[in-house]
Amino acid sequence: MGLKQNLHNLREKYKGTKMAPAFNALHTFLYTPNDTAHGGTHIKAADDLKRTMNTVIMALIPCLIFGMFNAGYQHYLAAGEIEAVTSGFFSSEFWTLQNFTLGFWKILPILIISYGVGLGVEFLFAVIKGHEVEEGYLVTGMLVPLIVPIDIPLWMLVVAVIFGVVIGKEVFGGTGMNILNPALTIRAFLFFAYPTWMSGDKVWVEGAVERTKEIANGSTADAISGETILGSLAQSHGVDYSVMDMFYGFIPGSIGETSTLLILLGGLFLVFTKIGSWRIMLSSVIGALVMGYIFNLVVAAGWITDTSKFYGLMSTEFWHHLLIGGMAFGIVYMATDPVTASQTNKGKWIYGFLIGFVSIMIRVFNPAYPEGVMLAILLMNVFAPTIDHYVVQGNVKRRLKRAKIKTA
Amino acid sequence: MGLLSKKDSKLILDPLADNNPITIQVLGICSALAITAQLKPSIVMAISVVFVLSVGNVVISLMRNIIPSKIRIIVQLIVVATLVIIVDQVLKAFAYTLSKELSVFIGLIITNCIIMGRFEAFALANKPWQSFLDGLGNAAGYGLILIIVGFFRELLGSGTLFGFKVLGDSVEKTGLYAIGYENNGFMVLPPMALIVVGLIIWVQRSRNKELIED
Repeated sequence: MGLKQNLHNLREKYKGTKMAPAFNALHTFLYTPNDTAHGGTHIKAADDLKRTMNTVIMALIPCLIFGMFNAGYQHYLAAGEIEAVTSGFFSSEFWTLQNFTLGFWKILPILIISYGVGLGVEFLFAVIKGHEVEEGYLVTGMLVPLIVPIDIPLWMLVVAVIFGVVIGKEVFGGTGMNILNPALTIRAFLFFAYPTWMSGDKVWVEGAVERTKEIANGSTADAISGETILGSLAQSHGVDYSVMDMFYGFIPGSIGETSTLLILLGGLFLVFTKIGSWRIMLSSVIGALVMGYIFNLVVAAGWITDTSKFYGLMSTEFWHHLLIGGMAFGIVYMATDPVTASQTNKGKWIYGFLIGFVSIMIRVFNPAYPEGVMLAILLMNVFAPTIDHYVVQGNVKRRLKRAKIKTA
Repeated sequence: MGLLSKKDSKLILDPLADNNPITIQVLGICSALAITAQLKPSIVMAISVVFVLSVGNVVISLMRNIIPSKIRIIVQLIVVATLVIIVDQVLKAFAYTLSKELSVFIGLIITNCIIMGRFEAFALANKPWQSFLDGLGNAAGYGLILIIVGFFRELLGSGTLFGFKVLGDSVEKTGLYAIGYENNGFMVLPPMALIVVGLIIWVQRSRNKELIED
């Protein structure tokens, strides 16, 4: 007896009533049920949807933990209370309890809000529509805290999550039917609705916004700011961070997207477990490198000089683009979302390549929206069915042609 | 209703809800997206369309027996264009800032699908009085949606209604803004109008299951 038995009893008691999906949902969320989703949405192997989701979450955990340390680190560093890291990934300045505590208490509420509100909406829709709750939100709920700035007001997150889950997913019919990646829909909503909290040089470091307000009210404390690398490049300021800092992730940015190293490990894990598509990841990287290299060539040819507002980002070494901003995170965890990506193998190459290509283009040409990868992925989400359509039609045509030659 | 027969009142009431030009027929969307960021232009646009459509319907209906069917579209265009120019000139004379704000969209009433649609579908085949009611009803149905969308977009996007700061001052941080509320910048952008219209359609169809097509 105990909680589990009680839940079982409740579940039996409400079987067949209107609230049944809610109890079933709670049950399946807490305990392994006998009946998880098989077939249907997008499963091609023996894995059920829940296993797929859990694997992605496992791949995200390192980014989350790192994000907690980094939140504290960026705060204390900007406030001048600790020294910058000196000795590689395992620097003792970074992995301190002090850093972790600050980050933990800042990120925990975001995580709770993300899951609480998102699953609440899912429960509600399950009850209204009278179907079983879908596992779809498990990954989205983990992604959302990783792609927002640390100082995001929580009520905005609530509004955005409701919007993202309802408009981005439920109106299309729920998990597996959505056109746009729900986590990115949530981020895009925040970005366009509350731009002052999603861009600029204040929001990326814990406490910077508060401090700015205090100074405006006459406090004598030092201002803290933590401009992202993309932000300062867009204004053609120099970059203070070394390449290794960027790779390890000791830079300001959204909570969980800074560490390219951990994202790379997560990506390898996803490829190894065959959850994420290596075709999409690889082709996105190629796309980004190609576009970045074209811009480098334009600068080398002297068509763009340092008087141009595009100079800062265009002259960035083409492979640095992969290390800064949300590029790596987007490619590994967002672009590979099996629901919204292309389904055909050839389509995946095209889809991924265009994501990388367009990301860098948006980055460079639209300094107001420095994070191009979000918009690029959403754009390609919309095009994915079209790409698939032409790939399939092309295949049909080629086979028909072959058939004709044989009969002739 | 004593004034109107049952059939006549249906002409007005149907387009307001179950046969709404925007939410059911999905016509006239372009202007609904473009000018609904604020409540005031939405209302002016609604009134303009009510005028153009109801008068235009009567004019076309009066001429319906003498218009050669080969050139009827041109005749219809001339009628709309004349009426739209009247509206445009009146606005320029009496509400210049507002006409600036609405810019080309008053002129674009000419291309509003609802108007040509009603001329073709109704006024060409019905008597003036019925045509007038039909024009009134359809334009009002269009205007109603415009006003609903404009209300939410201005309230949530700018925190104002008709320019009055109903939620407090966002710069001085009074009212709701004092506790951390902020305007939703997305509401001011046209995509959000599309989503709001979509939500209205959602609500309407879930209230009346007959409207759901397969």
